[in-house]
Amino acid sequence: MKDTAILVKNLGKEYRIGGIQKSYDTLGAQITDIFTSPFRRAGKLLRGQAAGVAELDERFWALRDISFTVERGEAVGIIGRNGAGKSTLLKILSRITGPTTGEAIIKGRVGSLLEVGTGFHPELTGRENVFLNGAILGMQKSEIERKFDEIVAFAEIDKFIDTPVKHYSSGMYVRLAFSVAAHLEPEVLLVDEVLAVGDVAFQKKCLGKMDDVAQAGRTVLFVSHNMGLIQLFCTRGIFLQEGRIHTDGPIEAAIDAYLQTLEQAKTQDLSVRTDRKGYGRARLIGVDYCNSDRDCSPVLKAGGAARFTFEVDRVLPGMDCNFFLYDHIGQPVVSFKSEIRGAEDVYDAGIGARFVCDVDELLLLPGRYRMDVVIIGDGVTQDFIEAATVFDVGTGQIGRRPAQPDGKFAAAIPSRWRLPVQ
Amino acid sequence: MSIQSGKNIKTILAGETAVPLTHIKPAKGWVSLGLRELWQYRGLLYFFVWRDIKVRYKQTVLGAAWAIIQPFVTMVVFSLFFGRLAKMPSDGYPYPIFIIVAQIPWTFFANGVTQASNTLVANANMVKKIYFPRLTMPIAAVLAGLVDFTLAFLVMMGMLFYYDVMPTVKIIWLPLFLLLAFTTSLGVSLWFAAMNVQFRDVRYIVPFFIQVWFFSTPITYSSSLLSEPWRTLYGVNPMVGVTEGFRWALLGTETAPGPVIAISALVSLTILTGGLFYFRRMEKSFADVV
Repeated sequence: MKDTAILVKNLGKEYRIGGIQKSYDTLGAQITDIFTSPFRRAGKLLRGQAAGVAELDERFWALRDISFTVERGEAVGIIGRNGAGKSTLLKILSRITGPTTGEAIIKGRVGSLLEVGTGFHPELTGRENVFLNGAILGMQKSEIERKFDEIVAFAEIDKFIDTPVKHYSSGMYVRLAFSVAAHLEPEVLLVDEVLAVGDVAFQKKCLGKMDDVAQAGRTVLFVSHNMGLIQLFCTRGIFLQEGRIHTDGPIEAAIDAYLQTLEQAKTQDLSVRTDRKGYGRARLIGVDYCNSDRDCSPVLKAGGAARFTFEVDRVLPGMDCNFFLYDHIGQPVVSFKSEIRGAEDVYDAGIGARFVCDVDELLLLPGRYRMDVVIIGDGVTQDFIEAATVFDVGTGQIGRRPAQPDGKFAAAIPSRWRLPVQ
Repeated sequence: MSIQSGKNIKTILAGETAVPLTHIKPAKGWVSLGLRELWQYRGLLYFFVWRDIKVRYKQTVLGAAWAIIQPFVTMVVFSLFFGRLAKMPSDGYPYPIFIIVAQIPWTFFANGVTQASNTLVANANMVKKIYFPRLTMPIAAVLAGLVDFTLAFLVMMGMLFYYDVMPTVKIIWLPLFLLLAFTTSLGVSLWFAAMNVQFRDVRYIVPFFIQVWFFSTPITYSSSLLSEPWRTLYGVNPMVGVTEGFRWALLGTETAPGPVIAISALVSLTILTGGLFYFRRMEKSFADVV
């Protein structure tokens, strides 16, 4: 028998979720409710419905019948759409929350990184936070002392190590936080999407560190939306859908299955999709794309003009729309962000509750692209929906050069050549 | 690999015994207190205490002086109203001395409860993202109060000298009474902290609760107002044991506090044990509810 590191058997997790928020027609009704609701809640408690925080009637299974084993030294990528149960699975395995059914056994010291910088205290200095955070992550004091110089050097903040972290820039903060986490050396490492931090150079450094971990024969469970990263580190993939294992196999197979279901998802009406994240006061209810304002054929043209329209159900102050394009293998290609204002951006009263993004020249090679959309309002993410739509780019010309499909690359930049005469 | 019945799931992995095994299963019925694990995490406990102490008086003008001002001013106010105006009996001691000796362990207890009851909610972010024995948080919050206690204690000793009240050898018993204040504070905090996760009402209950408890404890008055056997039975309020103990150890009040303290210790340990089990029972759902 091989050396098993993680054994998961029939794991399930049921959450209670609050019923749909009641909407109050009048202030009077709201005030009445403030006085009557304690009695209703108390009544519920007495009838044996514990945990009467809100209207806790609805339940749903975030995870159901999850069984798998992971051998020592294996790097497994956990993929799936928002709400598929990826984070719940990691939370159970890192013992943050208990399962409702089933069990799991992990062999060896467990380190989990569900967020960098948890437990950092703004009033304490960088040095003090390294020790505190190290201890929270499960390191011994002697271990932290031994690695201290390495941690500081890795984070590149030597000069500011004795400054309270509240004076740090967000980049420095994240670098230090990640650096502490990266020096944790557990036998089993559970990582949730924490690499999406810091600047590009630092990200690369982190990836290198992660790779070292994988090379050193440690077992890694890695959750990410970045298929490129997953493919880089993991040999095996577990694709979760609606709390169950859809595919468990070689990473390519799992990613394929995932991308397929993502494409299927776009046929669903956006307003009924539940696999979304965000605060939810405003939601994306429609995405549309056209070649230009007259010609709305279903296929966009490489090098042609394109117009993307995003309809929201409600306009909030300080609202922005960001969207991201990924190629057919899930590699990120390009981002469009209204939050980074351009000189030609305007507010338009004539478009209603819509964002319209005009692209003069679509510099994408022919192929299939997936679009994730983030709606921001009131300073927080209101809605984040993956694969809000999927579209095809047909052949065309970019910079008067034929744009042809390329198995590996997705974008093209207009260019001119000068060639030597033979 | 096929998995057999749930019972031998453990044996499948238990190849080498040196490697720690983590067994994850649903929380049902009685749970162990996990004291051994708590001991393994004593380093973290130390850091939490250290953090609480470091952070407590950051960005305050008076800093650690607050540890002294709070009990001192209360003592002055009570001395004026209860001592001077109401002329409460104080077992023959100057009223300020009489009151501060009980006031200081009380402040340790009350601040401990106030701080520790809120730890899980205040650190919700950590609770949701990292695993560690949750017990470390309320324990650290109560322990951190020892610094304030020590400072206030020194001031109190100064006052004793000023009033020419010399502590007797009975003072060696003091740590025991402090321990009693600690167990009581922690016991009550565990109940509140765990309940606070689900019911934020606790935040509003705690100050009120402490106020009522304050007047139910012989701090501004003497337990000698009661006659036996009521005076001994009064020990069911564990803080009676603490304040009586402090007065006896420092002032040498002639009450023999033995039975009272025994009752108090028993009640305090009951609250603590119950609190530990309740806390551990609720622990696995903290991250979902907080």
